[in-house]
Amino acid sequence: MSLEARNISFSYPCGRSLYCDWSLSVEPAERVALCAPSGAGKTTLCRILAGYLAPQAGEVLVDGEPVASRRIRGPRPVQLIWQHPEQAFDPRMRMGRSLAEGACARSVDDAVQAARDEGLMDAFGIRDEWLSRLPHELSGGELMRFCIARALLAHPRYLICDEMSAMLDAVTQAEVWRALLALAEEREMGIVMVSHVPALLDRIATRRVSVGLDVDAPDVRSSHAV
Amino acid sequence: MIERAELPAMPHGPHADAERHHHHTHAARSRHPGSHHLLTVEDLTVSFSMYDESRPYFRAERVMREQLHHLSLSVHEGEVVAVVGASGSGKTLLADAILGLYEPNARVSGRIWFDGEAMDASSLARLRGHGISLVPQSVKHLDPLMRIGRQVVGACAKSERARREQRMRELFSAYGLAPEVERMYPHELSGGMARRVLLMCALMDEPRLIVADEPTPGLDLELAVHALGDLRSFADRGGGVVLITHDIDLALSVADRVAVFRDGTIVEETASSSFDDPDLLGHPFSRALWRAMPQHGFAVPRDRGSAKDFDSGREGTR
Repeated sequence: MSLEARNISFSYPCGRSLYCDWSLSVEPAERVALCAPSGAGKTTLCRILAGYLAPQAGEVLVDGEPVASRRIRGPRPVQLIWQHPEQAFDPRMRMGRSLAEGACARSVDDAVQAARDEGLMDAFGIRDEWLSRLPHELSGGELMRFCIARALLAHPRYLICDEMSAMLDAVTQAEVWRALLALAEEREMGIVMVSHVPALLDRIATRRVSVGLDVDAPDVRSSHAV
Repeated sequence: MIERAELPAMPHGPHADAERHHHHTHAARSRHPGSHHLLTVEDLTVSFSMYDESRPYFRAERVMREQLHHLSLSVHEGEVVAVVGASGSGKTLLADAILGLYEPNARVSGRIWFDGEAMDASSLARLRGHGISLVPQSVKHLDPLMRIGRQVVGACAKSERARREQRMRELFSAYGLAPEVERMYPHELSGGMARRVLLMCALMDEPRLIVADEPTPGLDLELAVHALGDLRSFADRGGGVVLITHDIDLALSVADRVAVFRDGTIVEETASSSFDDPDLLGHPFSRALWRAMPQHGFAVPRDRGSAKDFDSGREGTR
């Protein structure tokens, strides 16, 4: 029972290879932080772990099943919370319908009711009047709350948080993380997180792993003078 | 539409540096050359005309929703002012208002002075890019179909082109972006690289005031400190910076003064050093912010209802 990346390798066309034979195993109760400098491929790795991208070698397994397996019915067991919430919503769909996508095959009202019953609306401070808005009428922080609620409605076994609280202020960040950690504990959900804030990692992560090849490898942005 | 209603002839009388005026207190290096501020915003109110969401679709009437309420902010020359506050409280609207970017359904009132001159909507629009530059919040502001180099250089006369390209290369090397990045498209950049590109677009025109809207998310700590360090050195050369952020930690490391923003207005404008000790902070929300920082307890205000409505009893409008 774990989220496993086995010997994965990946490179973008005409780019250098990001990881080679890289492995990771995340247990359901764990909170693993991915650490690497900007541009090293953390977000790409998040996409691979969530099954949005296929690695060129190796495989990603969720409790023994490939993550993108067609045999899994319903929403994927690994959900990704994207780094830029403004790009994670259909711009022409009202927020209620976007939220309903998390709880697939249900009407908007049912999905909102489900979110309410699971306490997601309260836990993440989503206000009712936002449901009828379009994504551009909400701020980044407000959209991020929808991203989290939408992912949790799908009852994932593993949640991947790519810079989840980077858009939130300190009070909201504390609120959202505490709510999420409580839910994760209740549902025995494993968390993979990316964050640049050391104090936040200290508080939340139970383990840190570094991503990618060795840090000194020359990359596209080369070294910069600080 | 900034209304130029009866402006006092001399809005910024000389004041002593230590004195409290225009709703703020000073940091050690706040100065008033020419006895005025670089930027003063007073009584800024922004509201939007929207259809009433609670009514049936075809019978909904237009209602005005006020998002910024009587906001005041001052920036001195050579100073970084961080505007820190809750998400969704309208910080980005403040940036838009300073740049004279108004949505068609927005109504804006208040008074803005830039370098001692009273501004209105059209003069703010003229200053955009020629005095005041924006570092936008979202990577969406890059044109997805244009190579990075052309976007950073921007539209310019042929004679200017070589000089601007030269300046761009200097900025690229100062920021550790390889020359190949010039030939790339926005989707090929990592989040951190995209933000650096946005910052460079603003620095190209050597503005006097930079409004940076969340320039750091997605940058690793070292790069974030580097990006803010660059804003800092821009301020040290006599420019002004409005740094809009929720990351109070980074803001404190670079800003001279901090304006705490909440529910559409600035509740407290104070020196960064006040954040060394919560007792120096005047407003309950500033203290809650301090206590919620991961290194100071990660505390959520006990009663969530009161977290939203500390003081005013005013319901948040967004």
